[in-house]
Amino acid sequence: MSKPKFKNPVVNWIDYRLPIFTFMNHELNEYPTPKNLNYFWNFGSLAGITLVTMIITGIVLSMNYTAHVDYAFDSVERIMRDVNHGWLLRYIHMNGASFFFIVVYIHIFRGLYYGSYKAPREILWILGVLILLLMMATAFMGYVLPWGQMSFWGATVITNLFSAIPLVGESIVTWLWGGFSVDNPTLNRFFSLHFVLPFVIVGVVILHLVALHRFGSNNPIGIDVKGKQDTVPFHPYYTIKDLFGLSVFTTIFAAAVFFFPNFMGHPDNYIPADPMVTPAHIVPEWYFLPFYAILRAIPDKLGGVLFMFGAIMVLFVLPWLDKSSVRSSQFRPLYKLFFWILVIDCIALGYLGAKPAEGIYVILSRIATAYYFFHFLIILPLLPRIESTRPLPVSISTPIITASSNASTVMAMREKK
Amino acid sequence: MTKKNTPEDQNKRDFLQVSTYALGAVGAASFVWPLIDQMNPAADTLALASTEVDLEALEEGQSITVKWRGKPVFIRHRTKEEISSAKDQLLDGLRDPQTDDERVQNDKYIVLVGVCTHLGCVPLGQKSGDVKGEYGGWFCPCHGSHYDHSGRIRKGPAPTNLEVPKYSFLSDTLIKIG
Ligand code: HEM
Ligand code: FES
Repeated sequence: MSKPKFKNPVVNWIDYRLPIFTFMNHELNEYPTPKNLNYFWNFGSLAGITLVTMIITGIVLSMNYTAHVDYAFDSVERIMRDVNHGWLLRYIHMNGASFFFIVVYIHIFRGLYYGSYKAPREILWILGVLILLLMMATAFMGYVLPWGQMSFWGATVITNLFSAIPLVGESIVTWLWGGFSVDNPTLNRFFSLHFVLPFVIVGVVILHLVALHRFGSNNPIGIDVKGKQDTVPFHPYYTIKDLFGLSVFTTIFAAAVFFFPNFMGHPDNYIPADPMVTPAHIVPEWYFLPFYAILRAIPDKLGGVLFMFGAIMVLFVLPWLDKSSVRSSQFRPLYKLFFWILVIDCIALGYLGAKPAEGIYVILSRIATAYYFFHFLIILPLLPRIESTRPLPVSISTPIITASSNASTVMAMREKK
Repeated sequence: MTKKNTPEDQNKRDFLQVSTYALGAVGAASFVWPLIDQMNPAADTLALASTEVDLEALEEGQSITVKWRGKPVFIRHRTKEEISSAKDQLLDGLRDPQTDDERVQNDKYIVLVGVCTHLGCVPLGQKSGDVKGEYGGWFCPCHGSHYDHSGRIRKGPAPTNLEVPKYSFLSDTLIKIG
C-alpha cells in the first residue's frame, strides 16, 4: 500500500488522499471470481446497466414531462412527436422497464437454481428481494405518469388494495390519493416518488454489492472457493464476458425499441384517462401478471391482498425455508425437478393473470397459487429428508482428480456438461 | 479534578441520557407528522363543492352518471319490477345485509357511488346495452362482482354494497349530492 501502486503519478497523488483507485482496483480488477461462472452470471451486471439506463432516460424525460392531470397525457404525446429524439428516449425508458424485469427475474431464478441465497449470502439475497420490491413500486408509479386509461385504472385498482386492511384501510387509501379518488395530487406524488425511488434502488444496489464482495460470487457447482486456483481476476476475464453479454442484450433491446416498441405495452394506455369509464379488460404490465393472478385467485379481498404480498414475503425467508446444505441443483436431483415445476407454475400464473377472472381460469389460478406456496412452504423444508444429493466435488479446480477415485462424481460432472 | 464516578453520578447521567433520547424522539416525531399528513386531502380538495342534479328528465328505466368528488355517481330511476325485486329480497344470504329502505330516500330513485367496493372499477349497468350481471343491477367486469337493483353485493369478490353517498332531495326531482 505504501509504495506507489499506479503508474500514473496523478492517480497516485489522488489515491493517496482518496483511495478510490485502490478500491476500484480491488473490487473490479483483481477481485478474485470463481473461474467456472456461466452466462447466468451476466444478469447482475445487466441489471445494473439497465438501472443506469433508466435513470438517464428518466432524467431527460422529466425535462419534458408535465405532472398534471390536464397536461400529462399531452406532454407524453409531445415527447413522442415534437421533442427531438423524444420518441427514442421514451421507447428506451418504456421498454427498459420491461427488460429490467426480464433481466432481474432471470437473475432471481438463477439464484434459486444454484442456491445462491444460502449461507453466508442470506443478506445479499434479502437485499435483492428488497430491490425487487422497490423496482415494482417504481415501475407501478412510472406507468401512471402518461395518464392513459391503463395508468389511471391500474393506479385505482392497486391503491385500492390497501383498502382491504381492516379498520385503517380506507384512511390509508385516502392518504395515498390525497383526495377521494386517483387525481391530480396522486399524479404529483407518484411523479415525485418515481423520480426518487430509483436513486434509493442505487443505494440498496451498493449494499447488495458490498454484501456480494464479502464472500464473492456463488458458482454453478455451488461449493466454496478453496483457494487461488479456483478463481480468476475479474478483469479481464469477467469484464470481457460481461461486455459480450451486454452486446447481445443491447442488440435484443434495440430490436424491441426500434421494431416492436409497443409489443409489451397495452394499447388502451394511448387513450387519455377517463375516471368515469373503466376499460372492459384491465390488466397490469406483464411483469405484475403472476402476482395479479394470485390476487384474483383468492375469493376474499383481504385474503387476495395478503397472498399477493405473501408471494414476495416467502422470498425474504427463503434462506431459512430451504434446509438443504447443498447449494447447486446440479447435486440435488429432486430439487432440480421441483425448480422446473416452479418455473412452469410462475409462467402459468403470468398467463392466467392476463386472462379474464372467470370459469376455468379461476380454478387454474387457484391451483397454480396453491402450488407456488406449496413449493416454498412445504416442499423446500421437507425435501432434504427424502432427497439423496449427489456427492460434491472437492473443489472447483479438482473435480477430475477426485473423479478418478469416486465414480459417482464422474457421473455428476458428466451431467453438468 | 477527577472525582470518583459514584452511583449517584451514574444515575444522573442515565437520567440525562434517557431524557435526551425521549425529547429527541418527540422532536423527530413532531417533525415527521407534517411530512406524512401533507399527503392527506388538502383543504381545497375537502371543500369540493356538492353537485346538484335535476331528475326531471330521467324516465323510468333510465340511468344517469354524474361526477362527484372525481368519482362517478349512479342515479337510476327504477322500474316497478326493480323496486319490488329489491324490496322483496330476504336479508339472510346477503353478504352485507341491508334492506332496500335503508338505501333509498325515494323508492323510485337509487343513488349510488359508482365505484366497485372491491378494487374501485366503475361497474357496468348504466347503459341499456350493458351487461348487468346475474342480479340485474350492476356488474363489475374487473374481477366479476354482481350487484342487485339496490346496489347490494350478491356475488363476486367485493366485500360490501355499493356506497350510498350523502344526498338530499331539494324538491321532488332535484337532488343535491354531498
Ligand atoms: C428503476 C428505474 C425505473 C423504472 C423501472 C421506470 C419505469 C417507468 C415506466 C414503466 C414508465 C411508463 C412508460 C410509459 O408507458 O410511457 C415510466 C415513465 C416515466 N419515468 Fe420512469 N422508471 C425508472 C426510472 C426513472 C427515473 C430515475 C426518472 C427520473 C429521474 C424517471 C422518469 C420518468 C418519467 C418523466 C416518465 C413519464 C414519461 C413516459 O411515460 O414515458 N424514471 N417509468
Ligand atoms: S374492482 Fe370490481 S370486482 Fe374487482
